[in-house]
Amino acid sequence: MAIKGTDIVKKLPEGGKKNCKECGLPTCFAFAMKLASGGITLGKCPYISPVVKAELEDALSPPIRPVIMGTGANAITAGDEQVLYRHEKTFVHQPGIAVLISDDEPEAEIQDKIRKFKELQFSWVGKTLRADMLALRHKPGDPARYEALVKRILAATDCPLLLMSENIDTLLSAHSICAERKPLLYPVTPANVEKIVPAVKVKPSPVTAKADNINGLVPITNRLKEAGIEDVFLDPGSMDLQSAIRDQTLIRRAALKQSFRPLGYPTVAFPCLMAKDRKREMLLASLFVVKYAGIIVLSHLDEHSLLPLLVQRLNIYTDPRMPMSMEENIYPINNPDASSPVLITTNWALTYFLVAAEIESSKVPSWLCVKEAGGLGVLTAWAAGKFSGDSIAPFIRKCSIESKINHRRLIIPGKVARIRHELTEALPDWEIIVGPGDANEIPAYLPNLVKSWKR
Amino acid sequence: MQYKAPLETYTGRIKEVIIGRGAIAVKIGGENILPLHYFEGTAVNRTVIALEVDDNSAAGWAGWVVEPFKDVVSDPIKWARRCMELGADLICLHMESTDPQGANRPAEEAAALVKEMLSKVDAPLIVYGCGDEKKDVEVLTRVAEACKGENLLLGPAVKENYEAIARAVSENGHCIIAQTPIDINLEKELNVKLLKQLPPQRIVIDPLSSALGYGMEYSFTIMERTKQIGVIHGDMAMQIPIIADLGGECWKTHYAKANGEQGILWEGITAMSLLLAGANILVLRHPDNCRMVKEAIEGKF
Repeated sequence: MAIKGTDIVKKLPEGGKKNCKECGLPTCFAFAMKLASGGITLGKCPYISPVVKAELEDALSPPIRPVIMGTGANAITAGDEQVLYRHEKTFVHQPGIAVLISDDEPEAEIQDKIRKFKELQFSWVGKTLRADMLALRHKPGDPARYEALVKRILAATDCPLLLMSENIDTLLSAHSICAERKPLLYPVTPANVEKIVPAVKVKPSPVTAKADNINGLVPITNRLKEAGIEDVFLDPGSMDLQSAIRDQTLIRRAALKQSFRPLGYPTVAFPCLMAKDRKREMLLASLFVVKYAGIIVLSHLDEHSLLPLLVQRLNIYTDPRMPMSMEENIYPINNPDASSPVLITTNWALTYFLVAAEIESSKVPSWLCVKEAGGLGVLTAWAAGKFSGDSIAPFIRKCSIESKINHRRLIIPGKVARIRHELTEALPDWEIIVGPGDANEIPAYLPNLVKSWKR
Repeated sequence: MQYKAPLETYTGRIKEVIIGRGAIAVKIGGENILPLHYFEGTAVNRTVIALEVDDNSAAGWAGWVVEPFKDVVSDPIKWARRCMELGADLICLHMESTDPQGANRPAEEAAALVKEMLSKVDAPLIVYGCGDEKKDVEVLTRVAEACKGENLLLGPAVKENYEAIARAVSENGHCIIAQTPIDINLEKELNVKLLKQLPPQRIVIDPLSSALGYGMEYSFTIMERTKQIGVIHGDMAMQIPIIADLGGECWKTHYAKANGEQGILWEGITAMSLLLAGANILVLRHPDNCRMVKEAIEGKF
């Protein structure tokens, strides 16, 4: 619930009737409207009182504060979300995926986690998917052991860090080692908040308020805000799936629908501490992707469980306002080479996904050319004149497919069999082949076609 | 500032649909809360899980998901029994063998199989035709007639063939699956048309479930919106339970076929996502997911 321009104007000098024009705008009303839409800053008004300025700054700031962890190219932002459901607008900052390393784990395991964190990267429709950060946990015992772990991780990676210790002195000494890397500190509780505040005031770092329930978070974030610390995460201490859904939902609603500032921060979720085995942990993590977590901490990383979670995160955080279309391009499927078949389709995302999935399952290495067609399906694109012989031919010439292959055979969708003739005329050196009318026939069709070429 | 939990209640309620007959019948829908929001009300009936049985000996299925059924895949009756032993709430029989592009099994034989399954397996049944809009009319009509009064859930009825299938369903005492291709407007349009032939207590929506990475987010958002339009905004045409037939979509992806553990999570994470979006029936293939997602629905982990 953002503040409206009409509400802002009443708070401006002389009830918004001063109209001194010193901000560069003709009236106070114009200034207020521009403030509400984020087009100008409060500092432009020379006459606003400090009290009103603070009040308006608060009202104009995002309902869920964006918080940055880490520095440089690897820094990640959480928060700044504006909706409860992605169809209302879009989700903005996908949750950081962290892996937990405890200082009492065997050396081999720690090494393995660091190696996997660095190595596990997946390429997915032009994007690189990977985990984002490491969570380092101190188990009761030797503080020197924790310090050694932190130093070692600092040397090994430059990713953002989550530092976790119930022992406040250990936590703060780890913080002082790497404060310039802006690690996220965990936990801040009523018991340790007075010790955290001075340390974070000297060396700023984001911190995590931790309580056993949502109510318990409020006094902690209030105290932090009073001390000027606003880069805050929340951990409502959810112990199971049911309370996780409740807590995440209520925190998001309180921030967005009630403009309740003490809960207007991103959250940290710990499926690693909640689930009884690894598969359930990943399912729980997938719940936190849908339900609002800002950081999700996993107990381990492995290739086959990390990929589905990262793909889900990408899916859920895709902007639903974007047209459902793919970029015009050549998409290699099943590692094609110069002799592999070439298929063409339109750029509606669902058409692409369907055709790509069926080519994949045919196991035939192929090139899939996706032609810009206004994000329409094959038949509609043809009807709209966007998938005709005249428009496909120039695309085939310029898309560089001809340099990738040693043949000139193009498979067109069966639904547009009628364009075969005009396409043959427009691409005289190509053989135009009419493929199946339905994508689900591709797995039966493609292997036989390729076999017939070999004979 | 005092925190007051922003709990919400809604006036809309999803219609309750019953599948099967007598003691084994399952109920779905009936909720006036958002998915898994047990903290704001009661989900009269929680989401149920159907395990999928194929009448075509699991042809084309990934090896990992055939494994738990490998000794029974050529016998749909034994396969269905195994599914129930493994904890399924109901069976989803896919009649792939009736496909004119494939084995083209006649409608009569398909109906005989469903009838036999009803008599030999204590489970409510969902029956999906092969997706050929003409053949499905034939097959589903025969199934509906042969199993008169058994209250099956039959589909898919699509805009090209819904009238004939709805007639067979209505005359023989069954429920219908209204299927539309990932489009909320077409979904509502088909619901409105079907509501002229059937009461809402006999309809289940299938907005099509895409697998993770293959358009899952579209299915997710359509289900989420459908549920909200029904529950929050009270649109009667959308107060209809949703079926997410996702197992087949997930297991046919390259990523599920490549590795068994990855396949289980591909299906499991798709199921969790569509559960959170509002599905009332999840159709799965792997028993591990049946077990784990059930626990999730019960809020146990």
